Amino acid sequence: MNNRQKEIDNLKDYKYGFSTDIENIQAPKGLNEDVIKFISNIKNEPAWMLEFRLKAFDRFKVLKEPDWQKPKFPKIDYQDLYYYSAPKSMKDKPKSLDELDPKLLETYKKLGIPLQEQARLNGIAVDAVFDSVSVATTFKDELTKQGIIFCPISEAIQNHPQLVKKYLGSVIPTSDHFFATLNSAVFTDGSFVYIPEGIRCPMELSTYFRINASNTGQFERTLIIADKGSYVSYLEGCTAPMRDENQLHAANVELVALDDAEIKYSTVQNWYPGDKDGKGGIYNFVTKRGLCKGKNSKISWTQVETGSAITWKYPSCILKGDNSVGEFYSIAITNNHQKADTGTKMIHLGKNTKSKIISKGISAGSSDMTYRGLVDISSKAKNSNNYTQCDSLLMGNKCGAHTVPYIKNKNSESNIAHEATTSKISEEQLHYCQQRGLNPEEAVGLIVNGFCKEVLQQLPMEFAVEAQKLVGISLEGSVG
Amino acid sequence: MKEQLKKDFDNNIKNLNLSQKDIEIKKFCLDNFIEKGFPNRKEEDWKFSDLNQLIKNNIGELSFYNDHTSTNKVDTSVFVDGLEHNKIVFINGRIEKIDFEYEKKDQIEIIDQSETINEFKNSNSLSDLNNAFTNKCFKILVKKGYQLIKPLIIYHSINSKIWSKNINLRLNFELDKDSSLRLIDLFSDTSEKNFLNIFYNFELKENAVLKNYKVDKFENKNIKYSFNNIDQDKNSVSETFILSSGSKFFKNEINCNLNGEYSSAFVNGIFSLNNDKHHEIRTIINHLTKNTKSYQLIKSVLEESSKAVYQGKIFVNSDAQKTDGYQLSKAILLNKESEFNAKPELEIYADDVKCSHGSASGSLNEDSIFYLMSRGLNYQQSRELLINGFLLDVVEKITDSQIKNLIKNMIGIKE
Repeated sequence: MNNRQKEIDNLKDYKYGFSTDIENIQAPKGLNEDVIKFISNIKNEPAWMLEFRLKAFDRFKVLKEPDWQKPKFPKIDYQDLYYYSAPKSMKDKPKSLDELDPKLLETYKKLGIPLQEQARLNGIAVDAVFDSVSVATTFKDELTKQGIIFCPISEAIQNHPQLVKKYLGSVIPTSDHFFATLNSAVFTDGSFVYIPEGIRCPMELSTYFRINASNTGQFERTLIIADKGSYVSYLEGCTAPMRDENQLHAANVELVALDDAEIKYSTVQNWYPGDKDGKGGIYNFVTKRGLCKGKNSKISWTQVETGSAITWKYPSCILKGDNSVGEFYSIAITNNHQKADTGTKMIHLGKNTKSKIISKGISAGSSDMTYRGLVDISSKAKNSNNYTQCDSLLMGNKCGAHTVPYIKNKNSESNIAHEATTSKISEEQLHYCQQRGLNPEEAVGLIVNGFCKEVLQQLPMEFAVEAQKLVGISLEGSVG
Repeated sequence: MKEQLKKDFDNNIKNLNLSQKDIEIKKFCLDNFIEKGFPNRKEEDWKFSDLNQLIKNNIGELSFYNDHTSTNKVDTSVFVDGLEHNKIVFINGRIEKIDFEYEKKDQIEIIDQSETINEFKNSNSLSDLNNAFTNKCFKILVKKGYQLIKPLIIYHSINSKIWSKNINLRLNFELDKDSSLRLIDLFSDTSEKNFLNIFYNFELKENAVLKNYKVDKFENKNIKYSFNNIDQDKNSVSETFILSSGSKFFKNEINCNLNGEYSSAFVNGIFSLNNDKHHEIRTIINHLTKNTKSYQLIKSVLEESSKAVYQGKIFVNSDAQKTDGYQLSKAILLNKESEFNAKPELEIYADDVKCSHGSASGSLNEDSIFYLMSRGLNYQQSRELLINGFLLDVVEKITDSQIKNLIKNMIGIKE
């Protein structure tokens, strides 16, 4: 057996499916003002933060769960969820990693996320979020020297209230859609990043999300602000234990890029997808939105979506500043009974704005995949450009692949081009590879990696390798 | 509106000789319509064109009763010259003339189907409205193996005597095995502010060929909706061409079910709009069995503050292997007020398919204009030449040369 085969065999089952037995503090079950006050209280938040949450909750009460999406799911009972869960050992915050609960360290080691000093050689600063709290942030000191703030958002609320107050909710307001509003009301933790003027962040920043407790929804909130002329590349990874019930994950991510700033946001999403019969798995209903506020700013989303029972998200760019650029690169893979409805929105408001969308969807087994996207060029967005390409690959005749683009052009000086194709791996391609000694699975792996190459190239080095493997593993068993 | 609807409905029923059962069905449809009302932007299919608003802003209060007891004079001046053709003439929604003078009489049957109301798949509130108020409904049956010698032109005229009226039309066509029909819909209206609601149902049997050309050329202030349902059997071919230009608002919907193997559907359309016109084409091509093919090409030229919408959907069933589906929409925006919206949709459940779509919109290519001007044309001429070429592409897709020339002359496209 060759090495690759061994590797695949090792990974055949969802290897992040273990759960950590750890004592938790949980908020009482259900969603009401008391629970929100409990969360706010336990985090020792200032009054304005509680007000923000309650305002969102008021709005949430009148909203209805949307139902226009392609993948339907059984009604979620929002009163049957825990909205806050944290390892008990985190109550008195450990001052350094040495004081961190060894069980937590062990968990992250198993996940392959090095939190300890000796393992921090790969030069990525990590913020690890475990259920509802951030447990550790690495490389803090080095980043502080440059004036970069990289910390859990709960800490930022305490230490940098002006920044948080100014930008939190500026891209995703408390009056937004159902899941975003829910998040605004009950969000627990997440990462906060501020890059000061003219600084190029020297290392990749990364957050690792882990759902551990059962019956818990994870609601994290990430806020990234790139001040004038700065640059940051941010990575996000996620896993969860294997459980029979469906768990809700409704995060909000807000990006703000000021003049000449650039934010690169990469996600490798590998939540537990449920078993072969579609039992269990995570509902990944995430709101991600970036605002190119300043002139010449740029926001680029890259996502590799392989996990989750249902993925329902549209990382978007609002191109407000003149000459701003928005990019979206996506690979979405669904297998077995997974469902995905994902895409992007590019809203052109400023002059000379440009956007580019490359989306690759692969569906196998009995899964269903939808690309849904909006390109909206407003009448003021003179001389703007959009290019969209979305390709779908089908494997087997039980799966579905759909493309639903919305294209609105209100400006005669702007151009929009959209292309989409749907096909399967051709017999000729397979034959060619097999003739040269690859087995069918390897051949499919190779072809799929080629199909995704344009997107994989956009990922930072460390992630690209992992993502490439993940692509192969997710499609395991879909050939033949 | 509710009171008006009920009153007009009762008036309408009085003039018809209907059985109790048919009245019940019509009443049921009316109640459905009253409940739903005109479609508005909250409905996904009407997202880009809010008919409720359009009617409110352009017509105001509609009335639904049309006196069809007396005949209207047929104005022969609207008839097309230089092309021998069969005629059906609708005036204000009333059938005034059915004339198949060039055909063998025993090969075409015209069946009065007023009492049977056929249900449409994908129906909306407008089909209920249509069902409730249509007076006469004919079915035109082309018999086995008969191919019409001359094309059939259906004239839709609304004369100047009526305004703020809703007119409902319905026609059914059945093309039996190996038959063929060329059909031109020609709209000519001298009246203003009416809402025309047309439903056609085509049934194509094995090897049947249907060519339908819808020409909305003459300037008018009416609001129109047209729905074509086409069911296709084995080896049948349907070709639909839409010239969308004259009305204030026109939405053409084509719903095509490719039920038989090797059947194919072609939809080609031109939007040529000015002023504040707002037109839409929505297509749904359902590939329901293997080896079927569809091809769509829609081009728009938009001036002033006009708005065009193209919503196209290719649906591929899990049995429909070897499907070939293609969709292309292109738009030139000539004014900063003009707007083009598209929603080209693919919904695919089979793996061995070839489906693709493309959509592009933008301004006239300045480089091309420069090229032409450097060869001695003035700006206006260059512009016209480019637009001409852009649209010619679609007209060239018309497979019938006689009708191609007729349409070319109508839009003034030169070769």
